[in-house]
Amino acid sequence: MLPTSPAFKENAARALQEERLQKALARTKPQFHTKRAKAVAALPEFEQIRDIGRDIKNHTLQFLDHYLETWAENVERAGGHVHWCPTAEDARAAVLAICQRVGARIVTKGKSMISEEIALNDYLERHGITPVETDLGEYILQLRHEPPSHIIGPAFHLNREDWEESFRKSHTDLPPDRVFRERRDILTEARTKLRERFLAADVGITGANFLIAETGTSVIVTNEGNGDLTQTLPRVHIVLASIEKVVPTLEDATNMLRLLARSATGQDFSVYTTFSTGPRRPEDPDGPEEYHVILLDNGRSSMLGSPFQDMLRCIRCAACMNHCPVYNVVGGHAYGWVYPGPMGAVLTPTLIGIDQAGHLPNASTFCGRCESVCPVRIPLPRMMRHWREREFERHLTPSFARTNLRLWGFFARHPGLYRLATRAGAALLGWLGKRRGGRFTALPLAGAWTRGRDFPAPEGETFFARYQRLERSHAL
Amino acid sequence: MSRELILSSIRRHLRRGPLPPDHRLMLAARLAQHPRHLIPARSRLPRPEQIALFISQVEKEFGTVVRLSGLEDVPGAIAEYLAQHNLPTRLVAAPHPEITALPWGERPLLEVRFGRAEPSDQVSLQHGFAGIAETGTLMLPSGPERPTTINLLADTALVLLRASRVVGAYEEAWDLLRAERSGGNGPLMPRNVMLVTGPSRSADIEQTLELGAHGPRRLHVLLIDDDPAAKPDAG
Ligand code: SF4
Repeated sequence: MLPTSPAFKENAARALQEERLQKALARTKPQFHTKRAKAVAALPEFEQIRDIGRDIKNHTLQFLDHYLETWAENVERAGGHVHWCPTAEDARAAVLAICQRVGARIVTKGKSMISEEIALNDYLERHGITPVETDLGEYILQLRHEPPSHIIGPAFHLNREDWEESFRKSHTDLPPDRVFRERRDILTEARTKLRERFLAADVGITGANFLIAETGTSVIVTNEGNGDLTQTLPRVHIVLASIEKVVPTLEDATNMLRLLARSATGQDFSVYTTFSTGPRRPEDPDGPEEYHVILLDNGRSSMLGSPFQDMLRCIRCAACMNHCPVYNVVGGHAYGWVYPGPMGAVLTPTLIGIDQAGHLPNASTFCGRCESVCPVRIPLPRMMRHWREREFERHLTPSFARTNLRLWGFFARHPGLYRLATRAGAALLGWLGKRRGGRFTALPLAGAWTRGRDFPAPEGETFFARYQRLERSHAL
Repeated sequence: MSRELILSSIRRHLRRGPLPPDHRLMLAARLAQHPRHLIPARSRLPRPEQIALFISQVEKEFGTVVRLSGLEDVPGAIAEYLAQHNLPTRLVAAPHPEITALPWGERPLLEVRFGRAEPSDQVSLQHGFAGIAETGTLMLPSGPERPTTINLLADTALVLLRASRVVGAYEEAWDLLRAERSGGNGPLMPRNVMLVTGPSRSADIEQTLELGAHGPRRLHVLLIDDDPAAKPDAG
């Protein structure tokens, strides 16, 4: 996926205008919030389990070389193969080599963010192999040639009509005048279509939520069961995993699993949590004959020992974006690459470069909600601030923004003054705006900004004040 | 070699070389001990309540449970369940000795095939290795007696589980698995271990929950009350 992160501001402005997206965001946000809150409230030990989760990940990262070696030995002992891939290119080539060796034509795929990161589907297609996404959300996005907008609900931005339209357009062997009376009918059609694919596939590719060093195991977590069909039915199972996924033992993985579903979907546990260790054993009646793990670094090892090391604790639960006021108004596509929201704002610059993704760490109100819900307590706001400072030092920010950032820095250290000043500013602009039909075509100090666009007059309330008001009224 | 490239990059950024032997020994000891972490109090209950928690958690996740007093009741309970839901009387069952030994002959209308499941199978019967009360989760390890396809392909999944195999937390189920497998010289883990909590589902269409995405739409547990301490009227 070619990043459009440099155009974050334009993307965000467009997202705010997009009615379909705004409808979807309004529908989704309260659901994620209340479900997580309920699941957390039902487990009194949750905060302690978060601390333990953070410590397990920190311990593993400190000895990452050792745990990866142990894990790889155990994969091989169980008859599997590990492909060490420093770059995305290495990973793509490794997958292709396996597919070509076994003469694969159709490849089914479970949900994997690594697959998006290395842009695997395009690559396979260019080499004459048909990848079929089997997670329902990913499947419809593939039909629509759209990137995911959320790491666990990739198609949450689509409405029911979008599903129906895409299915009519793509499943041309079915009667064009068929009726989708309820959502169930859409699901049934997808299930039938994808069953055919599961059976036709030569290779199944899944991601991995965790790798377990002790046993040489990879773990996937799904609700649909698509990942399990993907890895059980074809002759070859390929796992895509990045180096930070490893944890030492089954008990360590279990602690992480107590955090994952609750933080992600607000379930106590996902429907299918599956542990895979090597290929089919001689006496097994089913399962793949080959088991491969593509182990990807792609810049992660260089985050160790850096101010961004803590980011490697991330278990991709999406709680930070679900609770982010910026994400909740601009959606995932605005971030312009694979990983959106606060975790994306930190991770994307490390993976594709600050010159490409320099805007993302600015997409924050520093309200701190992301850190407060992150199951492994990643200090996301601090790291975003770190990126801002780096960008600042590298003089990537135009001098005007730099001066103002300094001013902002003063206010940020004096939040009381900041609120007072912005409230006064917003009230003033609101008052002026009312006299000018609600738009400014020129603003003092913001000439460059208003040259290309009108500045909508504030309604006399700051973002912060509105955010607090909404917070109170929704009691999130 | 790419393996060395990744490992040396990790070490360089951690500002150290390969771990000294005493360090490696320490880490190996941690793996060998695989210490448990905090186990939530919710499942630490007297046996009858632990079983009751298991059942209520399965039901919370849209599964169903029937309690039977002995294995001999299983074929009848299956026939009844299938009739209730207007389902075909043909099923594929895991070739586990406890399942093949059931008195199938008493229900001649049930057509049972033992082995792995095929896409045309509509009803399947698995043998549960353990039940986890904490979240109403079934532990289903693969092997010749428990094909993985049995968990996935049919629209209606039945699971036979002894109440004596219901434990409180996941860690206790891992211990059962470790105990069963540590004798052999193969890998500790079977090829596949599924933890299943309720029937398959998706909320991808407008965040609205629908059951029966790719896997089973119904999950029904046949719970055998073989644990005297766990009977509803005990304790
Ligand atoms: S940063 Fe934390 S909250 Fe965000 S996806 Fe990662 S683990 Fe979840």
